[in-house]
Formats: sequence, structure tokens, C-alpha cells
Amino acid sequence: MTVRPEPSPLARTTTTFVGIAILCLTFADVAISTVDPWQEFNRMLLGLVTPDFYATDSVALAIAYTLAFALLGVALANVMGLFLALLFFSRIVRTGCAVVRAVHELFWALIFLQMFGLSPLTGVLAIAIPYSGIIAKVYAEILEEANPAPLKTIPAGTSRASAFIFVRMPDVWAHFRSYSMYRLECGIRSSAVLGFIGLPTLGFHLETAFKEGQYSEVSALLILFYLVIATMRIWMKRPLMPVYLIGAAAILPWGVAFSFSNIGRFLTEDIVPHPLRSGAGMEAFWDWLHMMVVDQAVPGTIATVQLTMIALVATGFLTIVFFPLISPLLLGKASRFCGHMFLVVARSTPEYILAFVLLQLWGPSMLPAIVALTLHNGAIIGHLVGRYTETVTLRQDATTGFNRYFYEVLPRVYRPMLALLFYRWEVIMRETAILGILGIATLGFYVDSAFADLRFDRAMLLIGITALLNIGVDAISRSVRTRLRLQTSLEQQ
Amino acid sequence: MPLLELREETVGYSGITVLRELELNIEQGERIALVGESGAGKSTLLNLIHTRLGETAALVPQELGLVQALSVFHNVYMGRLHQRSVWRNLRNLLKPAKADVDLVMPVLERLRLEDKIFTSVGELSGGQQQRTAVGRALFHPGDILIADEPVSAVDEHQAREILDAITAEKPTVILAMHDRELAIKFADRLIGIRDGKIALDEAALGMTPNDLDDLYRNSDR
Repeated sequence: MTVRPEPSPLARTTTTFVGIAILCLTFADVAISTVDPWQEFNRMLLGLVTPDFYATDSVALAIAYTLAFALLGVALANVMGLFLALLFFSRIVRTGCAVVRAVHELFWALIFLQMFGLSPLTGVLAIAIPYSGIIAKVYAEILEEANPAPLKTIPAGTSRASAFIFVRMPDVWAHFRSYSMYRLECGIRSSAVLGFIGLPTLGFHLETAFKEGQYSEVSALLILFYLVIATMRIWMKRPLMPVYLIGAAAILPWGVAFSFSNIGRFLTEDIVPHPLRSGAGMEAFWDWLHMMVVDQAVPGTIATVQLTMIALVATGFLTIVFFPLISPLLLGKASRFCGHMFLVVARSTPEYILAFVLLQLWGPSMLPAIVALTLHNGAIIGHLVGRYTETVTLRQDATTGFNRYFYEVLPRVYRPMLALLFYRWEVIMRETAILGILGIATLGFYVDSAFADLRFDRAMLLIGITALLNIGVDAISRSVRTRLRLQTSLEQQ
Repeated sequence: MPLLELREETVGYSGITVLRELELNIEQGERIALVGESGAGKSTLLNLIHTRLGETAALVPQELGLVQALSVFHNVYMGRLHQRSVWRNLRNLLKPAKADVDLVMPVLERLRLEDKIFTSVGELSGGQQQRTAVGRALFHPGDILIADEPVSAVDEHQAREILDAITAEKPTVILAMHDRELAIKFADRLIGIRDGKIALDEAALGMTPNDLDDLYRNSDR
């Protein structure tokens, strides 16, 4: 009898994805084009170890604004998200949520910027709208997974509201709370990045300081940013919530006026495709559409997909390197502490900021984006997988060292790791599109150019295509996860 | 000289005393069955013996310690991981080498698992998983095998087969078992534990299951 090993479905999927990524990489431009990247790097390092907290008097204000946008945006998103989660049985609500969360908060910000200018409303809504869609989906999943038994035991005729408050809410409340904390952390990161398109948050000062080569100021800003995120669980106490929210609303400069005629014109005229607006007829519209698709949408989509696939697979590789850093099965306490520190910094730095820094160092190519996406996402999934290994117990006579890593630990975490990775696929793609704003030729590049040229009709079309692409990837990811029976308990910390 | 001499006032973990006044010698070539109520301290004693004997002893823990995502081949091969270079192990993880498959195969044939060699353990039944864990211990190069209830999930016929395989391969065997009849048949020495103490330590020859009744009578706690 001959028995030959059959490659498992997991191995086959892995090989396919690695193959696609290698193919994408061979066509990618990953050159370093700056003349002397290391000299600038040395200057950055020097700045990094000599932080200057008094460089600008506005550092404190930048942090305050960053927090204010995040707090108001996430709070609003929680209220709307919970409400939408209760209506999640409706197909319209589900589709609507999928659409709003498929558009990245930076794109939302670019849209609102045209409507409300630099009013705080732009920042708050840019966070609140996409986050509502995400929160609605997650809360709906939590509600669905809650134990159904208690609902059967309540007396017949109990109103749905009472049943919800007494039976459902107590069960899921803790999950909601921990998830909204995680969302707040994401919100602070998003809010910081909104500065790059002109809002008065951390990113604005970071960009200015970088462009001027003031690396000591950059260092101070980043250190404060990490401190705020690292201490979040200390200062974020529920009784203080009203204080924070009122404070946040109070410090934002609401005085910035916006005109309703502006908003009206944007919604009814500016975003209508130009040939239709000027009455040039359907033929002109088709020409316009053809031009947009061939010249912008197709090359942008190819670059976005290409970068996403490389980043996804590279993230997987980095995850299996990163997670042992915090795993009690593999490392001692002291090493794990250092590992934790490293992963916290790597995952707290938004990929947008990482990519921005690397672009300054290496010049424009796909390389900065690949490294930024991989580091950030690898640290996030590495952290989750490392924490998962805390729940694994090995047999008393399990081997040590590399043998233990390859035979005992990696096979046990591989499935949950793939689940998390596929779950994150859509997030990576959303980020990839956004990195175009920095000059990498993904869809965001064309969106940003369209906004810069005040061609809002083009911008909206391209954002629509980006959203469709994200929804498509989400669907593929879901089918892969179903086929491989990959499950993950949400995207929680 | 005995293989192992245990002289312990108390044995336990995380501050809880499980065994007291432990005095025990184990000789090379003995076949020992530990009997007693569940919770009496059999597993604690087995773990202590395993810790003392170290690398020379193969272990089958009660929870088996299998890696569900890996195949039967890999899980059995793990019995000799420590003897091979990391590179060879890595190579076998990616694609089992013919030479090592040929080494593992006879073990699986003894345990009637040969057709499952490349099936992942997660897809096996409870009994098949138990046999895989026994296979790993048999593949271990040591002369001593320590097993905690290694035949609890298989039928009596298979239990005998597994015990025969174990005794044929390993000179010294220490098992915890709850099936008294099987224990008497298999072992040449019975150690009974009751309330954290060794209450019985006799040759198994000529004993009947009823002789062990005392071990299972309700203690006046």
C-alpha cells in the first residue's frame, strides 16, 4: 500500500497566495531612488534620540485636537453603530454599512473638506461615518453570537425593548465596551493622520516638521502620541466620558463658517460627471467614462491590488517572526517585555505616517508602502497571535528551541493566524488605496489628483471604484475563510 | 541499583499537597500499573517520575498533547525531534522524507494506524488520537515509557493490542489505569494510591480485581 502526503487545503491556499505575491513583486517598482538615504536616516535617528518638546508651542494643542476629533467621532459612531446594529437584519442597512466602511476615513475627509471646509465637522464626520459602518457590523456579530437561551426564558408578551435591555444588553455589554476601547485607539490614529490633509491634528505638525527636517520636533510629537495611546486604559474611565466629550466639543474651533450653498453645489453639481453637467450628451459622457477607466481606474486598480497582495503575504511572513517576541511558550519574561515594547510602537504608528517617513528616506516607489503596511499590520496580527499562545499549554515533555517553534507552536497558531490575516485583507487594501495620496500610484493617487484639480466628479467616481474593490475583496476573503473553516473572534485586542 | 528512588515528604503543585510520605523504588525492566480513584494522585506521581527520569522516558499525558493541525506522521516523528538537526526537522515538516516515513511506518502498523499516516490528527477519532500519542511515545528512543490512562478511549480488544505493543517495545513501563482487570493482566507490579498515600504495592501475579476494592472504598473524609 502506498500512501502519499496530500497537501492540505491550508498549504495549498498559502502556496497560491505566496505565488501571486511573488508575481506581483516581480512587476513592482521597489527601487531606492534617493542619492544618500543613510545620511538622512542618520539625521532622523539623531533627532529621534534628542526629542525637543518645546519646539512648537502648539504641540499640546495638536494632541488635544487629535484626541478631540477621535473622542467625538468614535462616540458618535458608537451611537449610530449600535442603532444600525439593531437594524442589521435589513439588507439595505447591511449594504449601506458595507459601502460607508469601504471608503477610508481620509477619503471621507477629502469629501467633507469640500463641503464644510476646515470646520471641525469635517474631522468628526470623517471618523464617525466609516466607523459607524464598522461598529454596526461588529456589534451585530456580537449580538448574534450572544447566548440565545435566556431569550427563550422571558415571559411571553415582553416587549422587544425590555427583552433587549434585560436579556441581551447585560450579556454583550462587556464586549461592546472592550471593542469601543479598541475603536477609540484606532480613532486616535485616524485623527492623527487626518492632519496630513490639513486638519489641525498631530499629522499636520508632523508633516511640517518633517518637510523642514526638524527631526527633534518629530520625535517629541511621536513620543507624546505613543504615550497618549499607551496610557489610554488609565485615563479612559467611563465616569470621565462626559467630561472628555464636553471638553472635546468645547476646544474645537467651531467658529469656522461654511456656506450651505457650497454644500448644495457640491452635492448637486460638482460631483455630477462633467459632460452631463454641461449638457454635452450621453456620447460625451461615455467618452469621459472610457477615458477615466482606461487612464486612471485600471492602472490605479492594478497598482492597488498588486501592492495589497504583496503587503498581505509579507504581513503573514512578518507575523510568524513577530509573535514569538511576546509568546510565553518561546521566550522569557525580560525578552517578552522588550518584544511588547517593540510591537506596541510598531502597531501604534499609523502605516500612513510610516510610509510618509520611508518615502522621505527612499524616494517614491512601492517599497516604502510595502514596508510600512507590513510592519504595522505584522505587529498587530503578531500581537494577537502572541496573546493567543498564552492560552496554549504544551505537554510536559515538549521539545525546546526551534523544534518547539516549528512543531509545537507554529502548527497550532497557523489556522487562527490565517483567519486574522484574511480578516485584515480588506483593511490592508483600504490602506493601500490611501497611500496613493503620498504619491504611490494606487487609486488614492488619482483621487487626490482629482481633488487637487477640483474635478470632484472624477474623485467621486474613483472613490466609488475603490469602495467596490474593497467590498469585492471582503467577499473573497469571506469565501476563503468559509472554505478553509477559518474563524476568529473578531478583530479585538 | 534501582532505576529511580523516590523519597519525598510531600509532593504537590501551586501550594496544594497531593501526595504524602512517598517512598518508592523503581527497577529497570518493571511493568508497573498505578491504580486508584480519580483524583487520588496518580497523575501527580507519574509527572514526578517523568521529571526525575528526564530525557530517557517517553510520556503519554492524559490530555495526549498532540498537535491537531499536523499529520499522524509528524506527531509520531516528534518523539525523536531532539535527536535530529533543526534542518532535518524543518525539512520533514514541509515534506516528510522517505527514510523517516519508513521509520515511522512500522510503529503505525503495530497500532493499526498505517492508513492514517498523512491524515491530520484533528480529523481522527478519540481512540485513533490516543493511539497516535502512544505511537509518539513508542517512537521515542528512550527505554522507559510513562503513560497516563493510555487506553481509556479504545475498546478492550484494542486496549490489549496497544498494551502488547508497549510491552514489546519498551522494557520499563509505568502506566496509570482505571481498568483493574486489565491492570492486573498487564502489570507485574501494582501500586495503589489512596488519599495521597501509597496504600498497596504488590506483585500483580495471582491478584483478582476484588483485591483492589479497598482502594476504591469511600474514605471517611
